[in-house]
Amino acid sequence: MNAVLTWLTDGAHWQGYDGILQRTWEHVWYSAIALAIAAALAIPLGLWVGHTGRARFLAVNLTGALRAVPSLGLLFASIMVLGSRLDGELATLVPTELVLVVLAVPPILAGAYAGVEQVDAAARDAARGMGMRGSEVLFKVELPCALPLISSGLRSAALQVVATATLAAAVGLGGLGRFLLDGLAVRDYAQMAGGAILVAALALLIDLVASTLQRVVVSPGLTGKTDRRDNALRRLKTTAAS
Amino acid sequence: MIRFDSVTKEYPDGTVAVGGLDLTAPDGKITVLVGPSGCGKTTSLRMVNRMIEPTGGRILVDDKDTAKMDAAELRRGMGYVIQQAGLFPHRTVADNIATVPRLLGWDRRKSRSRSLELLERVGLPGEYADRYPHQLSGGQQQRVGVARALAADPPVMLMDEPFSAVDPVVREQLQDEFLRLQSDLGKTILFVTHDIDEAVKLGDQVAVLRVGGQIAQVADPATLLGDPHDDFVADFVGRDRGYRGLGFRTAPVLEPSPEPTVRLGAGVDEVRRSGDQWLLVADDDNRPLGWVEPSRITAPLVTEDLHRGGTVAVLGGSSRAVLDAALSAPSRRGVLVDDDGRLVGTVTLAEVAAAIEQAVGRGKR
Repeated sequence: MNAVLTWLTDGAHWQGYDGILQRTWEHVWYSAIALAIAAALAIPLGLWVGHTGRARFLAVNLTGALRAVPSLGLLFASIMVLGSRLDGELATLVPTELVLVVLAVPPILAGAYAGVEQVDAAARDAARGMGMRGSEVLFKVELPCALPLISSGLRSAALQVVATATLAAAVGLGGLGRFLLDGLAVRDYAQMAGGAILVAALALLIDLVASTLQRVVVSPGLTGKTDRRDNALRRLKTTAAS
Repeated sequence: MIRFDSVTKEYPDGTVAVGGLDLTAPDGKITVLVGPSGCGKTTSLRMVNRMIEPTGGRILVDDKDTAKMDAAELRRGMGYVIQQAGLFPHRTVADNIATVPRLLGWDRRKSRSRSLELLERVGLPGEYADRYPHQLSGGQQQRVGVARALAADPPVMLMDEPFSAVDPVVREQLQDEFLRLQSDLGKTILFVTHDIDEAVKLGDQVAVLRVGGQIAQVADPATLLGDPHDDFVADFVGRDRGYRGLGFRTAPVLEPSPEPTVRLGAGVDEVRRSGDQWLLVADDDNRPLGWVEPSRITAPLVTEDLHRGGTVAVLGGSSRAVLDAALSAPSRRGVLVDDDGRLVGTVTLAEVAAAIEQAVGRGKR
């Protein structure tokens, strides 16, 4: 344990092209790209499925099937297929991102369609009955009401992607996975454990940021947070009065 | 005016939900569609704003064929209230009410002030404007639902069992307020309910539907109760229709007898002086408070001595209220008051019955 601490607190390990800061930055980049692509695919698809009720069967099975894909196997398979057709870093970066996107799509897709589906049928009926057109129902009612589930889908995708982005190192790329693999190669267990702790810390940090963001974006009418705020205000007033 | 012109809704599997409905909902009146479940009343209502498209016939609103209008625009011109209120959980009460005004392009400030105005109209305090639906009770949510439907001041309102999901006490309150609101606003209202009591209470015109979406009878409530068209209507209207029908008859000609009263605080001697089994107690303004049994009084009169069973009827009110006053009074003398609630006198059950019989007899001949 002390060795791990020593490794983590050694200033020299944080600097340079293979330092902790650089590797963390790379790790964040790999994850961000994958999440952005997955969200761009899965959110519109999920909203469409939830709004129209069409292809629901397909969406359910797709999320199930994608979840069953083994990441490491897909990584090597796609490098074999794609690697020879791409140049330089792309030859490994594209397959890596592909794996991460496949990992991130199911929770985001499920969050989006389930989020729209669970919108109160009466609210949806009222929205149409008051003269909202299809897109207005989607963007003014269904999407805002689906935000809690969409954002929890994104958060769980982010956790999985950050954890799995360590695979990038297995194909010669950077990221925090380097410390795990390089440490293993030279039996430097302190470095390995340090790397693992860094991945976990990064995942927690990102989740913290995401949950803060979620609180800002989601209406207090959906989370029930209003009561707590009102109560706090009331308590404040009574204390001030007394 | 809403006119159904042989409107039909047939589903692909051959089920006929509504079969050739002809009905006119006149301007400024409440028309109630009532019937057992499966009679197509909700389907008929939802065809007016084209939430369901008819498969035959026409629906005209102010002589315009709704089928030829843009569905979204048609709906923006009609108030729509549904059973579960259907408020948007992510929007504040004020923003919920402002839904249609915002869709119509009103600016924020004007929509907001309209919301506050309507909040007051439906009897909710202004501080509710910035609350969210989940912070309101069912009855309050339904008030907001009504306010939301009224926001853009549509001439036509469609109401689908709006008061069914709240408890009976709140329901009665909402109904009374709704009638008060309507007497101010004079909207053309189509109202769906499965509750015949609600139908005769609210409707200017009541259409009883039978399964398959056919009209069994269209009439004003008094006629419906007094002269059901057939067995189905008679059965649906219910067993005590004779008594309930009295609610729509103005009171028979009555000559109340003067009734001696005492005040609270009266001593035992004063209370027992009359020798009657029951004695009426009134306040200083001569408003009746309740009956007491002098033989049980052993100390000056207090509120706890009062028998509260008797109801009070307004002279010139409905026959039902007068009859009920006579039936419910422990003395069997119905208490009648004037419009200010001051005692006029009492009538016996026999007198009320005779007067009603005479009135009904007069009506027949």
